[in-house]
Amino acid sequence: MVASTLSEFSIHDFLGQESAKDLLRFSTAGSVDDGKSTLIGRLLYDTQSVYEDQVRSIEGKGTTAPGQIDFALLTDGLRAEREQGITIDVAYRYFSTARRKFIIADTPGHEQYTRNMATGASTADAAVVLIDATKGVLVQSRRHAYIAALLRVQHVLVAVNKMDLAGYDESVFRTIEQDFLSVLAQISADTGTTTEARFVPVSALAGDNIVHGSRAMPWYTGPSLLELLESLPASQEVQAAPFRMPVQRVLRPDHTFRGFAGQIGSGVVRVGDAIVALPSGKSAKVERIVTWDGDLEEAVAPLSVTLVLDRELDISRGDLIASASAPATVANRARAALVWMDQRPLDRSRRYLLKHTSHTVPVFVSSIEHRTRVDTLAHEPAETLDMNSIGVVALHLLRPIAFDRYAENRSTGAFILIDPATNTTVAAGMISAVLDADSGEQDPWGPVTVGEREARWGHRGGVLELAGPKALIDAVERSLFAIGAVTSRMDADGDALRADEDLAALVAALQADSGLLTLLVRTEESGALTAKAEGVEITVEDGDFLRVVSAVHQLLHRAGTLISTEKAHL
Amino acid sequence: MPVVTQESGLNTPPANLVPARITHLRLLEAESIHILREVASEFERPVMLYSIGKDSSVMLRLAQKAFFPGPIPFPLLHVDTGFKFHEMIAFRDAMARSVGAKLLVWRNEPAIAAGTNPIVLDTRRCCGLLKTQALLDALRHYKFDAAFGGARRDEEKSRAKERVYSFRDHAGQWDPKNQRPELWNLYNAHVHPGESIRVFPLSNWTEMDVWQYIHAENIPVVDLYFAKERPMYVRGDALLPIEQDFVARPGEKPQMVKSRLRSLGCSPCTGAIRSDAETIPDIIAELISFRSSERANRAIDHDQEGSMEIKKREGYF
Repeated sequence: MVASTLSEFSIHDFLGQESAKDLLRFSTAGSVDDGKSTLIGRLLYDTQSVYEDQVRSIEGKGTTAPGQIDFALLTDGLRAEREQGITIDVAYRYFSTARRKFIIADTPGHEQYTRNMATGASTADAAVVLIDATKGVLVQSRRHAYIAALLRVQHVLVAVNKMDLAGYDESVFRTIEQDFLSVLAQISADTGTTTEARFVPVSALAGDNIVHGSRAMPWYTGPSLLELLESLPASQEVQAAPFRMPVQRVLRPDHTFRGFAGQIGSGVVRVGDAIVALPSGKSAKVERIVTWDGDLEEAVAPLSVTLVLDRELDISRGDLIASASAPATVANRARAALVWMDQRPLDRSRRYLLKHTSHTVPVFVSSIEHRTRVDTLAHEPAETLDMNSIGVVALHLLRPIAFDRYAENRSTGAFILIDPATNTTVAAGMISAVLDADSGEQDPWGPVTVGEREARWGHRGGVLELAGPKALIDAVERSLFAIGAVTSRMDADGDALRADEDLAALVAALQADSGLLTLLVRTEESGALTAKAEGVEITVEDGDFLRVVSAVHQLLHRAGTLISTEKAHL
Repeated sequence: MPVVTQESGLNTPPANLVPARITHLRLLEAESIHILREVASEFERPVMLYSIGKDSSVMLRLAQKAFFPGPIPFPLLHVDTGFKFHEMIAFRDAMARSVGAKLLVWRNEPAIAAGTNPIVLDTRRCCGLLKTQALLDALRHYKFDAAFGGARRDEEKSRAKERVYSFRDHAGQWDPKNQRPELWNLYNAHVHPGESIRVFPLSNWTEMDVWQYIHAENIPVVDLYFAKERPMYVRGDALLPIEQDFVARPGEKPQMVKSRLRSLGCSPCTGAIRSDAETIPDIIAELISFRSSERANRAIDHDQEGSMEIKKREGYF
């Protein structure tokens, strides 16, 4: 709340002042026990953003000395947290000063919850990284700075906390500053982004340099943490980028009106502007910018509007309306950084769903270029990415999409991956380059390589011989179809081709060379299912479909036909 | 003439160099409209939970804006406990008519007929039957797969960690330890049959933002928010509105008190506050001077440590 003497208070002046305020979103990150919750609690308390009943409810509780308030209790919301004394999930906090409104994404510092750090950073204009003055720069601080840079958080504020426990000693602060600057230099080299960092020595517990200055540290004459947050330029680069608006919905209340509703991702749109609809590439001019509050002459990111065009274009949800003079790239292959967020590791044989702007497209991760070790920033080869690991991968989308590089445009360069089996969000991704068939290692006019076929189909060519009851064979074929495998089935009793076993084997081998998975099928009245691939044969007694199907998939993984996480080779 | 060319050049500077300054309310509005449009486009059967309060009023206006010039493409659902103030019910029906939205009302009739009230039961069990159970029954009955709610993260500590898309299992339950990560404005709408998502388009709004928006947009709200002389049972600091007879203790007499409601709930569990705030700017001025959070006079949040979190796990909004 805004501090104000009621006697002088004019609500109309206040409302005028409020309408001029902008909004800054920042994320906080810290290691276990470096006092992040205390810092936020202090920030809320000292800006009078906490109500008295909330303070009363925590007085006398917590782990601080008698008479002191345990500020961490103001922000630790969930029961499990109160029991364990740790913050386990992203929490959002709100406060405002006379100059600005703030949204804090308060994210935990445990290694296993790195995904939450990325979540908080994804919408942040600034990141506050905490370092415990008594411990120096730990792996977690590096990790947080790295994720902030990767997600292109523009400003990094480094709060060197617990200065009270370090005797308010300037040399402690300067050493940490130097150590962390060298970390940031490494990060810039890796991510290709320059991060501007500001350092503030603070004590969240005692309140030094959080909102007010500190008498205990006369050697520091810079702004307090809050003063810094108030003075950072709010994110405006989004308006300087070329115009982009993903279509969320086509509004057609009657035959006279057809408008394309969406939130402007970047740039400015004006009546009369030439636009293109992507991926089709059809062009038109903007005739009206419609809102409930009346038509606009121009609109900027990130406003939500409805565009009416001067001619009929076949545009639907998921299409991108973009500036005709600076359109986005349309491609179905891209290089991207991934932050893996699921317990189940990345499986390159599986099809994921990629949600990007307002559409969802099936995708394969065709290769992993490297995994980045966050503690050293070293790149290492990897077969998979597991929970909280970060890597660079090649994506093969099953439909082309219109996108920009994340470094140039957060709104059209970001995506999430969804596992269609569990429906959970498994990764956050940032597109860094287009990988089209005409560039890279491939000869544009040369033969199609095995690797290219694999990347397209998500598996290798091969032959699977199946003998057993028709229902089980059908179930196996169906399951392979479901994971996106390209199969070709030859039945022993149905196909003339199969009359000549040698010819059948030859055709199967040729198809395998073309990347197809050929099923050589012999149906039997009843009994067990026998499956054979790459010389390995298994027999599964008639059981439930799931067990049989899973055994055959394992066989194909062992044979290397399906690219599994345990056995994948580049 | 060269001079003219130069002048026209000066008159049309690249507008990108002067970024438009967008106020926080416009930013919040744009974000909420994006969420409303995403849900309406990605789910089969969305519904908007309409609770008649100030947050619902803002959410309803945002829905009008999101689909303009078209109609709101989903129905409104009010879970009526039978204990809502009569002004609320009249306001609800008038609002639904004026925005042209379809209004569904759901009551847990067996529990209401059985005389369920927060005095006989405790507030937790009463809410469980009349609100949570009724809500889950209604969602199941109509097979809604997404339900908008007007909850804000600044309301209560357990809400601070709620996602915009809050995943619920078959029983409508929330698992705070197993929430889907939510990045950028990319929401994951994938659910299995029977599972659902609660959606909170006002997640990032504060109580102050809501009032400022109501003021700026002239959004109608229930009269109970404005101070008037009203009959109240006075118990210490607490003012209990007279709406149900069973609230009174033996011998207790109502007094006329200039008062208003800060949040609208069921009449037996919603305390009023002494106030002179007769207009929206008055309410905003009062809010600035307030030293207690808006749910402090809601009995339901205090009956147990972490009670809101427990109710949410069970399926409460």
